[in-house]
Amino acid sequence: MNAPQLDALVASASDGIEFDGLSVSGNGPYTVGIVGESRAVEEAGLREFAEANPWLVSNWYYWTRVVGTGGARYDFLRWVERADERDVSERYEALSTGVSRSWGQLRITAELGEDGKRRYALRHVDDADNTDLEGYEDPLDARGLVKYDDRGRYRPLSTAPTLPTGWEYPDLSGEDLVRTVDFVYPATVANWHREREGELDVTHFRETAERQSGIYEIVSQLSVEEIEAAAETCCVDSQCLKRRMWDEDEEIDLDVERGDGEFPCREPCSLFITAARKFVTLGREETRRYEFELTPTEKEQVEEIIDAVAEGRTEEIREADMNEGANRYRARYLRARRMTEEGLSGTPTYPEDQEL
Amino acid sequence: MQALVIVGHGSHLNPGSSTPTFSHADTIRETGVFDEVREAFWKEEPSFREVLRTLESDEVYVVPLFISEGYFTERVIPRELRLEGWDVSAWDSEDGVSATYATSRATDVEKTVHYCGPAGTHDSMSDVIVRRAESITGESDMGAGFGLAIVGHGTERNENSAKAIQYHADRIRESGRFDEVKALFMDEEPEVDDVTEFFESPDVVVVPLFVADGFHTQEDIPEDMGLTDDYRTGYEIPTEVDGQRIWYSGAVGTESLMADVLLERAAEAGADVRGVDDWTQSEPEGVADD
Ligand code: SF4
Repeated sequence: MNAPQLDALVASASDGIEFDGLSVSGNGPYTVGIVGESRAVEEAGLREFAEANPWLVSNWYYWTRVVGTGGARYDFLRWVERADERDVSERYEALSTGVSRSWGQLRITAELGEDGKRRYALRHVDDADNTDLEGYEDPLDARGLVKYDDRGRYRPLSTAPTLPTGWEYPDLSGEDLVRTVDFVYPATVANWHREREGELDVTHFRETAERQSGIYEIVSQLSVEEIEAAAETCCVDSQCLKRRMWDEDEEIDLDVERGDGEFPCREPCSLFITAARKFVTLGREETRRYEFELTPTEKEQVEEIIDAVAEGRTEEIREADMNEGANRYRARYLRARRMTEEGLSGTPTYPEDQEL
Repeated sequence: MQALVIVGHGSHLNPGSSTPTFSHADTIRETGVFDEVREAFWKEEPSFREVLRTLESDEVYVVPLFISEGYFTERVIPRELRLEGWDVSAWDSEDGVSATYATSRATDVEKTVHYCGPAGTHDSMSDVIVRRAESITGESDMGAGFGLAIVGHGTERNENSAKAIQYHADRIRESGRFDEVKALFMDEEPEVDDVTEFFESPDVVVVPLFVADGFHTQEDIPEDMGLTDDYRTGYEIPTEVDGQRIWYSGAVGTESLMADVLLERAAEAGADVRGVDDWTQSEPEGVADD
């Protein structure tokens, strides 16, 4: 607590203060109290009381004067230090060594700064114990930082679990923390806040599809089974960290895990709609019966390759691991043995064209 | 509080697509005239659908970083922003190049939204094209001997995109800054492939009226004009083609002066932009104002 904070407290007493266990009211004499206990004092007594309980005063000042009560930013920053779960003295104790929470793949750490101000640090969850990180200060830099994953590939979906590592914001104000988080995971704080307030405006798939125009109009043709396959494809936790709150429509839930993410997904995103459009065109084809000659191991190998690609595992498969069906040498050998110009196992895709 | 939202197309595939939107937003942030400046995209995040809820301001100016009035600016963006009672007639742009702004509310937030016409059809865009030509040639005073080609998609993709190209070509021609000014297109006549046939000037500056560099501006157009057989090997600026020097500028949207166009759009819709240093509203340098 510093002198301006104390003066602000005295000046605000007549409006009545009721905050995080601190209560002050009156116009001299004042009534001051900490949870349950209260007594009447003159101004000197009020100042004395504040000197004896400095953290209550600086806490009040930080939240009401620095952050400003109400709204998404306030609620989010309170959530970061678990203000709902702990009283002020417990919080101050925890904050003295740092309180960490994760938000998607972000790790946010709140610490006590000067005179009860909070300072926040932000980094990748996997970098929790990494001491060799590149430091940043400007929230705007976050846009460029998260554009590519650690393999250098462009990340079109901000909430894909491919957040790059190796960077940190060691010292952010509350306002800058929220801005930075919003550059990393846009609109997640706003939607999380709406959900907490019971006001999340979910737009389900059918309504979203109805709204589309141009080349995306056709996405309304997806059947519920296809929507489920598409959600399984794009929206589960291994692909996207938002918790899917939309379904086919208000009545019909999709039989797909919603995910455990901290922040909600309130409607199918543009990547989902683009994928859905492709799925509609794929679904227009009829299945056919093909005959392939493969050994049982080769059949399993084809399945292993599909699995490895679908799980994004191909990079992990060791160069010389010949026991892995999706190993590159194994795949090349399969191609050399079983693929001809006609395709897999010499079976043409369109036999009728061959006969012409 | 007032906010500026710059809305762009963005891309799931091309990481550079959002770069001009970010850099113009940063230029405007530096002026400090808006309490908040935010970018939003059709294909990236925050989406048009969710950007307004990320803002604290109650007055929001939305300016599309798009070239033409048409499908995206008249239909997709207002729909996705959930503008109440949007009707394109509010822009008062019967010729497809005169959009103003429309003020309404969005249904999911308690805010007043001023939805402005796209950057590309604002008069001051002519200045940006000229500035682009100046910066690529290094000549602030291109006089005799210089022709200017403004290049766009054709009508196939968006009926109004050709209008925007033509509009600026006419304005710059009237200004007399260049000996010759032509509008050329990628997929219709007169085609950019035959650029040298349309000019007599020994030097021709080619400026594509595109927001961001990408496949069209970096690969198609240079190859179509014969600057290179393979875009990957690059090309000289200028490159001599059929005895004429072609100065190819790349997308006009990356020119830093674009930020002024966005500011002008917002100012015309009522944003308070006092305090922007060195910024004078609508003062074209040498381009006929009508
Ligand atoms: S629609 Fe699916 S992929 Fe897109 S943001 Fe929501 S949960 Fe993620």
